[in-house]
Formats: sequence, structure tokens, C-alpha cells
Amino acid sequence: MRPLAALIGEIGDGALLAVPPDYSGVAMAATRALIRRGVRGLRLLAVPQSGLQTDLLIGAGCVAAVESAAVSLGDLGPAPRFTAAVLARRIAMTDSTCPAIHAALQATEKGVPFFPLRGLIGSDVLRFRPDWRVIDNPFAGGDPIVLLPAIAPEVALFHAPFADRAGNVWIGRRRELVSMAHAADKTLVTVEEVVDGNLMDDQTLAAGVLPALYVAGVAQAPKGAWPLGLAGRYPPDRAHLARYAELAKSEAGFARYLAEHADAAQAAE
Amino acid sequence: MSEPGWSKAELLVAVLARMLDGLGHVAVGAASPIPGAAAFLAQARAARAMRVTVLGSESHNDFTDGGRELFDCAAQGRIDAFFLGGGQIDGQANLNLVGCGDYPDLTVRFPGSYGSAYLYFLIPRVILFREEHSARVLVPKVDFISAPGVSPPEVYRPGGPHALVTSKAVFAFERERGGFRLASVHPGIGVDEVTAQTGFAFERPAQVPTTPAPEAETLALIRGPVGAALAEVYPRFAATLRRHGEAS
Repeated sequence: MRPLAALIGEIGDGALLAVPPDYSGVAMAATRALIRRGVRGLRLLAVPQSGLQTDLLIGAGCVAAVESAAVSLGDLGPAPRFTAAVLARRIAMTDSTCPAIHAALQATEKGVPFFPLRGLIGSDVLRFRPDWRVIDNPFAGGDPIVLLPAIAPEVALFHAPFADRAGNVWIGRRRELVSMAHAADKTLVTVEEVVDGNLMDDQTLAAGVLPALYVAGVAQAPKGAWPLGLAGRYPPDRAHLARYAELAKSEAGFARYLAEHADAAQAAE
Repeated sequence: MSEPGWSKAELLVAVLARMLDGLGHVAVGAASPIPGAAAFLAQARAARAMRVTVLGSESHNDFTDGGRELFDCAAQGRIDAFFLGGGQIDGQANLNLVGCGDYPDLTVRFPGSYGSAYLYFLIPRVILFREEHSARVLVPKVDFISAPGVSPPEVYRPGGPHALVTSKAVFAFERERGGFRLASVHPGIGVDEVTAQTGFAFERPAQVPTTPAPEAETLALIRGPVGAALAEVYPRFAATLRRHGEAS
């Protein structure tokens, strides 16, 4: 176990940082700590889409680039800081599609340079991706198929219900977190609680464990996904999220939100 | 004219559910309460078991392999129907979920393409659902193609658009021709109004039928078991369905 500040110290300026979607265990306490530290130039990879976390980091000036299938606050509407930054061309936006991000991470999991994927042909998503290729299926012919280069994030960051002291992290059925961790050089995790014993000793638990083999560091952060939810633990704080969606519509409102929730006064988090 | 005994949302749920009857597995994306209700309605009256997968749900989602499983499942042909929308939809059923303007120089930014650039190719019956029926949404040509409505014959494409449902009308998509045909207009909506508010050209029969209103049994299901099933994922929407039931 490490203190949160030490954990996020592993995330340097300009890092290619993989993050999960809002429903999958987002390390929000760690994100606020990164903002307080003044991280710059992050290149975010949303696996495969993102919301509050990406909007907050963009608004706070921490982000140079985003690759994602979508960025939105869900039924609370558009992600306002993301939208403003993309329209002003302040960040480099790389539009993708959900399965392409999953597949590009799977390529890295397998240690192969690319992955083929159906769909995409005839879309502008493909047309604006000079890094993607279309080849003819070498086994059949007359069957065009897209190839995606592997993506290897420098860091994967997420929040999970619990871990043991050996660094085994229980993620349950949220297996996109496993893909992220397998593909990333370094995986950093915050958890609600640290449990006694070794999670790998219990076969029922072990099936839902990301083994310490893939985990570079764990820090305890109770309610660490707040104001987002953590499945099985707590729901999203809808009133708070609605207030964020409203405040973040303007630069001034966003600055007020940051001052309330991510300035030095909350450094104890 | 007296108030009908159903809401616009209930009409749309009933319309969408008719397109799902008899299918084996229907998947619904996040933040889609009306399609979600339609899937549960079709499930509630299905003669053989229908599986409904709601993304973002804990209890109506059997996936255990992470975010990629929906896409793998679709590519294997294990999902029969899905819903997509779009900030812009054109007459060839091209979808734009990215933005307006000359990409990447956009004047309006939408969230992004999500899985549309893939699922539209692979799921046999993709139903386009967009409540707003206006020339702003239903355009002659989308500014950005997140997912194309039709593909050349050499492109692997078992899936594609089936129909477009809005707050005013139902269009069927004719894949051979690559265009929409007006199938029905909702009660109280005129064909002229639909034509005026639709930015793309479409075929229409000489006599355009009126979308059938939901039957009493359908309304009872929507206000009972469907609302209960929806409550976990869409608590606010489910509450409006139940309130309407109590008021009627």
C-alpha cells in the first residue's frame, strides 16, 4: 500500500494514460490529486469512452490529447469542457469506436503488432485515422478488413472495491480493467479497502482478481470513485453530477467547481 | 379532441416493441429508456424466451468479459437487434454522432461514435430512434459518417438499418434501394408536417397509415412489469411510466 500522492507520482507529464468509463471504477480521488499536483500534457486513452474524469482533467488544463469512442456525461448531457476544448482545437481529439479501442489493447495483451476488426469501412472514423489500414483478407480474398495498430498505454489508472496487501486487486466482472492492465506498462489502482489474507487463495474470489503480477501500485482511497459510483458499493452522486454539468458550462463556473473540489484545501484526500 | 389514454412515450415504446417481437436477443445501449422499455415489453409478451441485455445495468446484463463482450457477441451473430441514434441522420441512413461542420473543424461537437461504426455492420436489425423530428436532425447528407447506412457488396455486412422511429413517424429502410419509405405517421401528425420537418427525400405510399395506438394489454404491461424492470437502470423514466398508470 502506498499513499495516494506517491501513487500518482508515477504519472508524469505527457503520459499516455488509460482510463475506464464512468460506470467501471474511475479513480476520481486520484484524478483530483493529479489536478492539484498540476499534471500537464496528459494523453488520455478512454477505454472505450469517458465522462466526468476526462472533462475535469481537460477543464483543469491537464490534457494535450484524447483518444476515445465518446466523451459525455451520459443522461446529464454533453461533457462541457471537452466540447469547448475540441471546438477550440485546444486538444488533439482522435475519434475512435469502442471495439477498436478494446481490440488495440488486446493486440498489446497478445504481444502482436496489430489486430483485425470488422465494421468501419466507409465511415469517416476510418477515413480520419491514417494510422489504420484496410487489407484484403489473406485467407479468403475479396474481403476487405481493417487493421488497427496495437496500443500500449504507459499507465492504466482505475478504482476497485478491494485489494490484498500483496497487491492482488478484485475487479469482479469489470474485465475491461484487466485488458487495460495487461496492455499498460504500469497499472495504478486505488481501492475502497485493503483486506487481510491473499485473494488468490479463494477460488471464488480469484476468478475476479487482477493479479499483482500486473499491478505497479495500490493506494487506499475510500469513496475513491465519488462522485461517480462503484458497482456493488455506492451509486453515482446524481445531485453532485448535475451541479457539475451545470457549473462546467462556463469557464467561471468550472473554476468555481475546481476551487471547491480540487484545490489545495482538500489536499488531505 | 379528447386526450388519448396513453402518453407519447408509451406510443413510442409500443412502436419499437413491435419491431422486436419474435427475436431471441435484443441489446440496448446506455441512456436509452424508451428502447429499453420496448425491449422489456417485447420480452414480457414473447412466446419463446427473449434475452434483453441493457448496457450499464447490473441485473439485466449477463456479460462477464468486460466492455468488449457486447462487440464480440455481435460479431458472432448472437445479437438480433440494437438501437442507434444520431445527432444527424440522412436519407441513406448514414449516422453522425461526432459533430457538425468540416471535421475536424467542427461548429457543433457531439459525444462521439461509440460502437456505431461497428455494430451497424454486424447486428441484423438496427432500429434508429431519435425523438426529435426536425430538418436539423434529419438532413440530406450528414457532415460526418460515424457509420454508413449501406455498404458496397464486397464489405462484410450482415447488419444494418431496419427502420427509423421519431416522435412524429415511422420510416422503413429499404436496403436494396438504400433509402427510407414513410411507413406511418403518429396519431395527430400530418404527412405534410412530416415532409416539412424531414431534410431528406423519402418514398411514401399514396395513403400513409396512422401508427396504431398502444392496445390496453400493451399499456398494462408497460405500466406494470416493464416499468418495474426498468426501475434499476432508468429510475426517473420508470417512475413516469408508473405515474401515468396510476393517473389513468
